[in-house]
Amino acid sequence: MDWFFYIPAVVATVATAMVITRLNAVHALLYLIVSLLSVAMIFFRLGAPFIAALEVIIYAGAIMVLFVFVMMMLNLGPRTVEQESSWLPTRMWLGPITLTTILLIELIFILGQSGHQPMTNETIEAKQVGIALFGPYLLGAELASMLLLGGVVGAYHLGRNSREERN
Amino acid sequence: MPVLPMEQGLILAALLFALGLVGVLVRRNVIFILMSIEIMLNAAGLAFVVAGSRWAQEDGQVMFVFILAVAAAEVSVGLALLLQLYRRLQTLDVDAASKMRG
Repeated sequence: MDWFFYIPAVVATVATAMVITRLNAVHALLYLIVSLLSVAMIFFRLGAPFIAALEVIIYAGAIMVLFVFVMMMLNLGPRTVEQESSWLPTRMWLGPITLTTILLIELIFILGQSGHQPMTNETIEAKQVGIALFGPYLLGAELASMLLLGGVVGAYHLGRNSREERN
Repeated sequence: MPVLPMEQGLILAALLFALGLVGVLVRRNVIFILMSIEIMLNAAGLAFVVAGSRWAQEDGQVMFVFILAVAAAEVSVGLALLLQLYRRLQTLDVDAASKMRG
């Protein structure tokens, strides 16, 4: 048994299940950070230390801090927890869970049919990733930078408080 | 370290993706929908890294970097939209956005 894979896998699954069932958004966010950190540990185990570091710094760091900032700006109180519980009757869960379970069973069934493919234990260093990113994938890196620029401009434009500017 | 079969990593990715899909389908709060989309993008990235690890190639990790860029751009625009929704309608219910005109 490879505990360095199974323990974070179980932690990630449980934490993700907690994320989608919480009523309070801040609690869900904390569980999401736990889930992302355990996925980062799985990346370490799979021989991708650079990606594990990116997962911790950008996903669990930058993107989650963005969520926290927005929640602080919204200033949600205990009132929203009551609102959430009124939005989430138990029967709402039944349909989506049934359909998604069917999809999941089908996926696992297909994966099981492909036979056992062992993974290598080779570690791929950041240098190799960088050479590939700025070599054969240079166009993709440029397009990603343009996408990020578009995201910045779009977020600035949408996040502006137009009512205040008019006064 | 023992060698893992690739299916286990892919099954974990499928499981996380399914959980994110349930979140998108069930929740009505915009914050939770955005978080579930993050979970789904992360699961797709996990599948890429697992496949990259299977063939000991760096391409899977390059793809994860691209997914990271997409996730960052998506979440910044999504949260700005969420702020606008809350400012205009004083609610985080996505169904309230069906009332907007033009």
